[in-house]
Amino acid sequence: MNFRSVLLAALAAFALTTSLAAQDTTARGVRIGLTYQPGTRPGVVVLPVSGANGDSVRMILQRDLDFGDRVEIIGREGSTVADVARQQGGTMNYPLWRQLGALAIVQATATASGVRIAVHDVAAAGILNARDFTLPMPGLSAAWRMALHGVSDEIERWITGTRGAAQTRVAFVRGGRIHVVDSDGYGERAVSEQGTALSPAWHPSGRWIAYSAFGPRGTQIVVRDLQSGGTRVASPRPGLNITPEFSPDGSLLIWGFAEESGTDLVAAPYPGGGDPRRITVGRGSDNVSPSFSPDGRRLAFTSSRAGHPEIYTADVDGANVELLTTYLAGDQSYRSNPAWSPDGRVVAFQSLVAGRFQIMTISLRDRGMKQLTSEGINEDPAWAPDGRHLVFTSSRTGTKQLFVLDAETGRARQLTRAGGARLAAWSRVLDRAP
Amino acid sequence: MDHRITRALLVAAVVAVASACPRNPPPPVTPSPTVNQDSIDAAERARREAAERAEAARRDSINRANAAREDSLRRAREAVEGIRSALTAPIYFDYDSDAIGEAGRAALDQKLAILQANSGVRLRIAGHADERGSDEYNLALGQRRAAAAKRYLTQRGIPEAQIEIISFGEERPAASGADESAWAQNRRDEFEITAGGDALRAPAGP
Repeated sequence: MNFRSVLLAALAAFALTTSLAAQDTTARGVRIGLTYQPGTRPGVVVLPVSGANGDSVRMILQRDLDFGDRVEIIGREGSTVADVARQQGGTMNYPLWRQLGALAIVQATATASGVRIAVHDVAAAGILNARDFTLPMPGLSAAWRMALHGVSDEIERWITGTRGAAQTRVAFVRGGRIHVVDSDGYGERAVSEQGTALSPAWHPSGRWIAYSAFGPRGTQIVVRDLQSGGTRVASPRPGLNITPEFSPDGSLLIWGFAEESGTDLVAAPYPGGGDPRRITVGRGSDNVSPSFSPDGRRLAFTSSRAGHPEIYTADVDGANVELLTTYLAGDQSYRSNPAWSPDGRVVAFQSLVAGRFQIMTISLRDRGMKQLTSEGINEDPAWAPDGRHLVFTSSRTGTKQLFVLDAETGRARQLTRAGGARLAAWSRVLDRAP
Repeated sequence: MDHRITRALLVAAVVAVASACPRNPPPPVTPSPTVNQDSIDAAERARREAAERAEAARRDSINRANAAREDSLRRAREAVEGIRSALTAPIYFDYDSDAIGEAGRAALDQKLAILQANSGVRLRIAGHADERGSDEYNLALGQRRAAAAKRYLTQRGIPEAQIEIISFGEERPAASGADESAWAQNRRDEFEITAGGDALRAPAGP
């Protein structure tokens, strides 16, 4: 169910009311999703917002909907929309909006406790959905912004039938410290001390971030509580402890562990701890960078068991190992850093193409490969929870920076700008996160 | 007595009288003090110079002794430095490989002999990678490179406890640059003496 918009009107109404029945809290009779041409993006106008921080509210909603890549924002720049809206006063001239190419009008009003949103269906000449949202005050704070991103995501669901992924953060490495940044590039901050920290991984709750940290006697897995700022070491044995990852239900922490005979994946209950159980039998090879299938039953990981790094899959207990990225005998390619897509259909990874790493996906159904990048060196893909956007490290601007790519359209945007940035991990939706 | 003898006696008497009495009046000034001081200074100088010569000789002999000691210390230090640099010399690897080549084996054989002569030495081997691979995979590769060197030494009798290993992946390059010469310098094991490095003994044998 990737593109609900491709369904015909009647089918859409039927399918959506049934599939979303459990989570839909809107009033009876309110439709979810507009009707629009398959393969097109519905035009959306976000009207000027009056009241406290109105300009910021409008800018953030517009940007989030734009970054979602499912709708086309109309009149983002220039004054046409503002003029048209002003001329109309409080009334809605639906035929005029239709002439401007808009299928939905987002009307936001700042309230004492947050924001009131009404989304108009231009074709139906009426309100598609409306709701009051509470935003944590004061306005423009980090929590206020994150809650407003949640409003954007809900608007996207009203219009397209699929929730957006703006209410998320990306964790990454800069200068040996773990940083986090909002999905729109705002609110960047360091969350770990000076040192050499690598490979951040979000707990699905959004409360904890695990990462590896260099120490005097090896590298350990550290879990940081974003609520309290406290840390604890999750790897009980000295040696090389790297590339942590939480299971989708958050109950398992898995990472690569090495002493003197190769690196194998190990797993320990979270947050309980306890002795890690070995998952892979690498026989001296390197087995690192695990990524869970969305149902939590399988793992994709990098392994050098065939002599050079390729992507393999296995059950979470290590059984049923399969080579995912096929290669020819004698092929000295290099494929690593898998990221299993949230819809479960493909695994993204980095692969050497003409001597440079590029982001690719491989289908789990037919092993079809698709190259998503070609400019500069591109590494370390991680999926947004919407299953269509990827964040990755790219050298295309001269330094390593994070870029976000829409895997459907190929549209890319730069997420970070200062210093170098790499090894990104995308959070789940942070509707209850600190 | 003839007349000649008498005259000679007279002359002798006159001479005697003349020599007994001042021939000329004494000079109007007292004997020059500078003349006397010069001789005092000369004596003083002579004595001082003698003392200085003695002192210099003493110092020379001390210096010679010191120099000899320093020399032997320096030679000893140089010998220790030689041992130390042989023990800490890096070894290098091929791309995406932990195989120890011929040069690496020769370097490790030197380290082996030194470790055998210095059982109190503790060594830390740090594995490194060049920047080309995956940042994460390179940590594992660096660990394998460090483990390969440790295994080479322990399989030849060095106790496990004498050597620890660590990996820095591609995070601590020795050479900057994005060409093969920089990469080759970065694919390495580094050897650090963590204890017992103050009194290194030369390995036995030739």
